[in-house]
Amino acid sequence: MSQSHIMPGFRPTLSITLVYLVLIVLIPLSAMVLKTLQLSLEEFWTILVHKRVLASFWLSFSAAALAASIATLLGSIIAWCLVRYSFPGKQLCDALIDLPFALPTAVAGIVMATIYEPKGWIGEWVMAAMGVQIAYKPLGIVFALIFIGLPFVIRTIEPVLQEFDSAMEEAAASLGANRWQAFVKVILPNIFPAALTGFALAFARGIGEYGSVIFIAGNMPYISEIVPLLIITKLEQYDYAGATAIGLIMLVLSFVLLLIINSLQWWLRKRNGQL
Amino acid sequence: MTAVNSKPTSLTLTDATWVRATLVGITVLTVGLFLVLPLATVLLEAFAKGWATYFDSLMQPDALAAMRLTLLVAAITVPLTTVFGVSAAWAIARFDFRGKNILLTFIDLPFSVSPVIAGLIYVLIFGAQGWLGPWLAQHDIKVIFAVPGIVLATLFVTFPFVARELIPLMQEIGHEEEEAALSLGASGWQTFFKVTLPNVKWGLLYGVLLCNARAMGEFGAVSVVSGHIRGLTNTLPLHIEVSYNEYDFVGAFASASLLAGLAVLTLLLKTFLEWKLKQDVKASRQAAIE
Amino acid sequence: MGINLHNISKQFGQFIALDAINLAIPEGELVALLGPSGCGKTTLLRIIAGLEHADQGEVFLKGENVTHQSIKNRQIGFVFQHYALFRHMTVFDNIAFGLRVKPKKLRPTPAQLREKVHSLLQLVQLDWLHDRFPDQLSGGQRQRIALARALAVEPSVLLLDEPFGALDASVRKDLRLWLRHLHHELNVTSIFVTHDQEEAMEVASQIVVLNHGKIEQKGTPSEIYDHPQTDFVSRFIGQTNVFSLQDNESNWLDATGITFEGAKGIVAHVRPHHIMVEKRDDAAHTDIFLKDWQHLGATIRLELNRQLPNGKASTIYAEMPSEKFRELALTKGDRVALHITHAHWFN
Repeated sequence: MSQSHIMPGFRPTLSITLVYLVLIVLIPLSAMVLKTLQLSLEEFWTILVHKRVLASFWLSFSAAALAASIATLLGSIIAWCLVRYSFPGKQLCDALIDLPFALPTAVAGIVMATIYEPKGWIGEWVMAAMGVQIAYKPLGIVFALIFIGLPFVIRTIEPVLQEFDSAMEEAAASLGANRWQAFVKVILPNIFPAALTGFALAFARGIGEYGSVIFIAGNMPYISEIVPLLIITKLEQYDYAGATAIGLIMLVLSFVLLLIINSLQWWLRKRNGQL
Repeated sequence: MTAVNSKPTSLTLTDATWVRATLVGITVLTVGLFLVLPLATVLLEAFAKGWATYFDSLMQPDALAAMRLTLLVAAITVPLTTVFGVSAAWAIARFDFRGKNILLTFIDLPFSVSPVIAGLIYVLIFGAQGWLGPWLAQHDIKVIFAVPGIVLATLFVTFPFVARELIPLMQEIGHEEEEAALSLGASGWQTFFKVTLPNVKWGLLYGVLLCNARAMGEFGAVSVVSGHIRGLTNTLPLHIEVSYNEYDFVGAFASASLLAGLAVLTLLLKTFLEWKLKQDVKASRQAAIE
Repeated sequence: MGINLHNISKQFGQFIALDAINLAIPEGELVALLGPSGCGKTTLLRIIAGLEHADQGEVFLKGENVTHQSIKNRQIGFVFQHYALFRHMTVFDNIAFGLRVKPKKLRPTPAQLREKVHSLLQLVQLDWLHDRFPDQLSGGQRQRIALARALAVEPSVLLLDEPFGALDASVRKDLRLWLRHLHHELNVTSIFVTHDQEEAMEVASQIVVLNHGKIEQKGTPSEIYDHPQTDFVSRFIGQTNVFSLQDNESNWLDATGITFEGAKGIVAHVRPHHIMVEKRDDAAHTDIFLKDWQHLGATIRLELNRQLPNGKASTIYAEMPSEKFRELALTKGDRVALHITHAHWFN
């Protein structure tokens, strides 16, 4: 679309945007970078390679990756059902998908903890049936993050499935492919970029998530302590340097993930012929 | 771009019954387990000891103070974020300039930064050991562990909501109607209020709604800067945490039921607005085609 | 003078959209800016309107230099290609918009406003649609409402961007004549952009042919058609046969009785109706055959094949009234001789 050159208000709106961006986002974020720069490289390194820090990074990453994978699988199935099938309660399902976006994380946190704790509705049943405890274990973190990640995956895949030209499936069938072959060779390659984007979004959110996790996690150092909690713990102990160093690593990671997600979305739009 | 009918009518597109049943089963189970059950749990736990206890716990001074603070924070942050969002959308959707893509990435940034970091950065500036800490202490201004800090952290996490909703919408609608208004002698403000705003009002409302939900529900960022001072710096989500950790489950879930109600209301309005929005965009596409 | 353009240039990145355009349009004309897509015609219109800034040059409207004035103060009426009607307003409110945004002192009273809008609706013959929304109108109706909206502010210049581009063929025909008549009635200086030469010939009193950001020719439709000044104009307006003396064709062309009057070059452009056809069963004299023909209503277009020395064939088009064609009683494969009555010569 061509841009207009006579539209009024460019300077004031761009000024407001930039000033607000600089004040609310850029200066505070650079404060963290500058604070970290006051550390020597050795100090920085010592903070990061501490066993407790490494354990929490490992936990945050593995839990977020596992949860995002499961969310991608379940989310793909749900998106497929919402787009392709009609079934009783579909409208309700569709409206509820966004609940994790709208429900405050603290509410999600206490609810998940209540459901999955050893005496909770599901926790008790799983404990009895399989002898597995969910809440207050790393597994609880994965459950909370699946909840958080689901809508990201579904809402990324859904529009792609909707725009998907079913004639391609019919063409595959006319060329002798069975349903499974059509799915694997025609549908899957077309929704894969969207699924990957959804995974990346869920993963990025999962690493930084705090509210919905801490109630169910158990928060044992070395075992079930996530990185955001570790930052808060350091802050409460007035270990600003430690908190900042860990925070900077998290910030860089979210930057990298953001770049990856943006490139994925660009790729997705290009594949859909929107560029 | 061709809009393809999502309802498969062709025989080749119909999956076997057992496949459909399995997939729908997984869908219903997942939605039930992860979405319906939590909502039901909030209500059941909140009313576990009856209506009277529920209302009593909501009428606690601490709970009331938390509600007031939450409303205050939303009342400050939502208008600011809205003004910023509309400005950013106007600049980005209506003009071409160098660095536009970088600006867009920066606007997205708060979405992907952990809420804990959103709190941490303000502590580093305004906290006792922060850059401005000594100066603020000298002048007896409290930012961290006080309301201004909570507002700032909330501004950070809600930063992209309105802009992110408006930019694609305004790009899709295009600027021809605005040019028409200008050619008819309308001023910039007249064009904005009489032409732009009516065209994007549902999208704007949707963005404001999501922004409000986040402003009232933010936990991580606020938790870092608030200091958890009862009756003073506890927002509703923080009040929930404190009550829960003190085993006051009814109190925690009673407060949680308010926020869950807000979330459900947001979803209902959102469904309605999305429907309205589709109509708007469809109309603009139609106008472009014909 | 209605509109004066001095040395207007505009560049988009490396692409030169307009290259030093000078143009004077007298008061009261209905001018077509005609050219292929990408020739700069829409850009020129938008610069006149003030929707776009020229990199260089000046725009005068009614003798006043408006180069640095915003569109709001230029007193122009602009009809957009897709009409840009305000979706959320009724037809009445759309037309009233320009009057309602006037400064308080100049704003008409509600009664005056109502009268003005209804008189405009009557002018475009759509008074009965006043309470509809744009979505409920047909394309042709939207077009006329957009025009009424532009006229409401009593513009000194009316600018229309591809006014018929988005309409069905049948509606387009009616609206062209209607616009021409409306212009006679209002007599406001008007410019419209089009890529359709037939439309320009039918509607405009003056045509400006643009190509690659430059004006190729300006004149009345008959001047443009009968006396094309450049190779491009000759090819772009109407159908043309192109013969070059270079391809050893001079002997053949001499035999057709072609005149070299006013020849500027060695390429002859010949309109189909300037070729007379007669039956000639004489292999020594002619190697042209009738390949096929098409009815174009009152005239017949003949598709002729000429054997070239290298064994290939070239196609020549000729046109004649259908009675004449019947008299000749030609059938496919007949050998014919040509007589060229008029030609334009270019380099």
